Amino acid sequence: MAQMNLLQAINNALEIAMTENESAVCFGEDVGHFGGVFRATSNLQEKFGKARCFNTPLTEQGIMGFANGLASQGSVPIAEIQFADYIFPAFDQIVNESAKFRYRSGNEFNVGNLTIRTPYGGGIAGGLYHSQSPEAYFAHTPGLKIVVPRNPYQAKGLLLAAIRDKNPVIFFEPKKLYRASIGEVPEEDYQLPIGKAEVVKSGSDITLLGWGAQMETLEKAADMAEKQGVSCEVIDLRSILPWDADTVAESVQKTGRLLINHEAPLTGGFAGEIAATIQDMCFLHLESPISRVCGLDTPFPLSHEKEYMPDELKTFEAIMASVNY
Amino acid sequence: MDTETYQEGRVVHQPEYIDGHSVEIPILKILKQDGSVYKNADMPKIDQQHATKIYHTLAFHRVLDERMVASQRQGRLSFYMTALGEEAAIVGSAAGLDDNDMIMAQYREQGALIYRGFSLENFMNQMFSNEKDLGKGRQMPIHYGSKDLNYMTISSPLCTQVPQAAGYAYGQKLKGNKQCTICYIGEGASSEGDFHAGLNMAAVHRAPVIFFCRNNGYAISTPSTEQYAGNGIAARGVGYGIKTIRVDGNDLLAVLKATQEAREYVINENKPMLIEAMSYRLGAHSTSDDPSGYRTREEEAKYAAHDPILRMKNWMLAQNWWDEEQETVLFEDLRQKILAAVKVAEVIDKPAIDELITDVYDVPSAQLEQQLSTLKEHIKKYPDAYPVTAGRIK
Repeated sequence: MAQMNLLQAINNALEIAMTENESAVCFGEDVGHFGGVFRATSNLQEKFGKARCFNTPLTEQGIMGFANGLASQGSVPIAEIQFADYIFPAFDQIVNESAKFRYRSGNEFNVGNLTIRTPYGGGIAGGLYHSQSPEAYFAHTPGLKIVVPRNPYQAKGLLLAAIRDKNPVIFFEPKKLYRASIGEVPEEDYQLPIGKAEVVKSGSDITLLGWGAQMETLEKAADMAEKQGVSCEVIDLRSILPWDADTVAESVQKTGRLLINHEAPLTGGFAGEIAATIQDMCFLHLESPISRVCGLDTPFPLSHEKEYMPDELKTFEAIMASVNY
Repeated sequence: MDTETYQEGRVVHQPEYIDGHSVEIPILKILKQDGSVYKNADMPKIDQQHATKIYHTLAFHRVLDERMVASQRQGRLSFYMTALGEEAAIVGSAAGLDDNDMIMAQYREQGALIYRGFSLENFMNQMFSNEKDLGKGRQMPIHYGSKDLNYMTISSPLCTQVPQAAGYAYGQKLKGNKQCTICYIGEGASSEGDFHAGLNMAAVHRAPVIFFCRNNGYAISTPSTEQYAGNGIAARGVGYGIKTIRVDGNDLLAVLKATQEAREYVINENKPMLIEAMSYRLGAHSTSDDPSGYRTREEEAKYAAHDPILRMKNWMLAQNWWDEEQETVLFEDLRQKILAAVKVAEVIDKPAIDELITDVYDVPSAQLEQQLSTLKEHIKKYPDAYPVTAGRIK
């Protein structure tokens, strides 16, 4: 085991994947010599050469189209989009191409080797265009997998699983935790399952569900609620697509209550999908309406970021409202 | 084939190829670093009053950049971007336009906004995202915009302004009041799909737009040698059927000359023009960037010797339109004023919480009103947790 921050864990996973597989290739804007603007790809060009770790021209649609072609040829592209806010020029390549490559060809061709890494979320005073959480746009696209890690250990194990998964995976990295989240990470190779949620903390009165950087928020809110005598079960969904409805439903059947938290705006957010499925699976077990604590239905603001965010206080209030319903 | 669009070329019977680099693109230079002018150079239209305004703009620009980087380093400001080394390209092009012409910038063109007369207070209010910011404190520092000054609000996603500039200019043409749009872009952003879409739309639909590419050698850490394999950005203009010129971007007079002629051309011919200004990004990409990770001090020093502001100053001195005493007084005065303006703007309140939901639509939806109302109740319950807005909620 070694102490790593989230960036180091990602860098370590990339190094393992590139060592294991000579056709694994890392690329994106500033990814090469510089090692990426957040330094997630540090030293990879030095270790594996310019042909396997390189800067691309500044074109997200070009990066994703290139990655699709490379994956369809059988290589293992690990493409970086510098900020999730800038993924939209590549939307067509991801939604119409990556996601549908296998289906439309009857599995004559596929881009299953593709992994897209991109930092997402608030917490860095980034305003409209360095803060967004666009997972729900992609969750509406069959054919993609979507993974969000919450800490360095999860990041390494999930990224290695994403790279080896035989489907295109978007790996959203919580950038506010890049250096802030530090933990014990095995130096050797390991994988964590895609599509499987994890119960982070057991409890009996309410289930709190989230992913990525918001897991910290849920844990803080759970601590506040415990002081009021409310026992919270905290679950990290880890994969948005496919998502682990069974683990969530099992928990809700026990607690009778569910709260879902995400940074993205409320309307059309992935919490809505979860709520619809869980009310279907747990209708007779529910003691109160499923609660959503999310971003407001506005663009991501700068000076009002604190007010916009679904923080632990808003979460705590929603827990108490649910319990006292 | 349509006979009007089919241009018959020379017919050959053995394969002949056009090399990607075979088109020779000259570069316009008028002013030397010592302030003298090349023999036989065509001068732009410029008199003492205009030159003085330009030089004041350059000085303001340089001091603003210096002071704001210092403020960021002191922790007073979250973020800043200088245009160190590129001031002549930005200010020289802005000075070749009419105030009614539209400016659609990338993000590093504060010099054009200074030239248009954006007040020091407006700069500061935006950077400190306070309640007097025209953009209501919503965007990161340097994302300026001003309807009054015909300067479109900056958007961080790169290159989106290029096809928009084609559309804006097309609207100006329809209106028929002899105005044009200038669209600034970097050589890095020119790799985006929107660049190609925008140039083609402008050329096909004959929009009076000047595409002004600041080729400063770097897109964050990526040098232009890893950005494109062709002959810069200018060669692409030729491919889209757009009249194109390459200029020395550190030569204010060359930039001014090219822009003055471009303005005449795009308005009179209703066609776009592309200007590629060759320069060098002397500063970091932004205050979040550290160039020591990807380039040498020696390289920076080499380009620092081509300081465009010093070059313009030398020319002003040679005209007897400027002297060292004026120089000292101007720079010192600017330092004092900017420092004082920082102190004022940084303590002005952030926008009230009600502004969180305005401008999402023309009027807030019922759902947004409900969300705001819930949020206000929550803040009133926990005022200490939301110090920016709590004190002003009724």
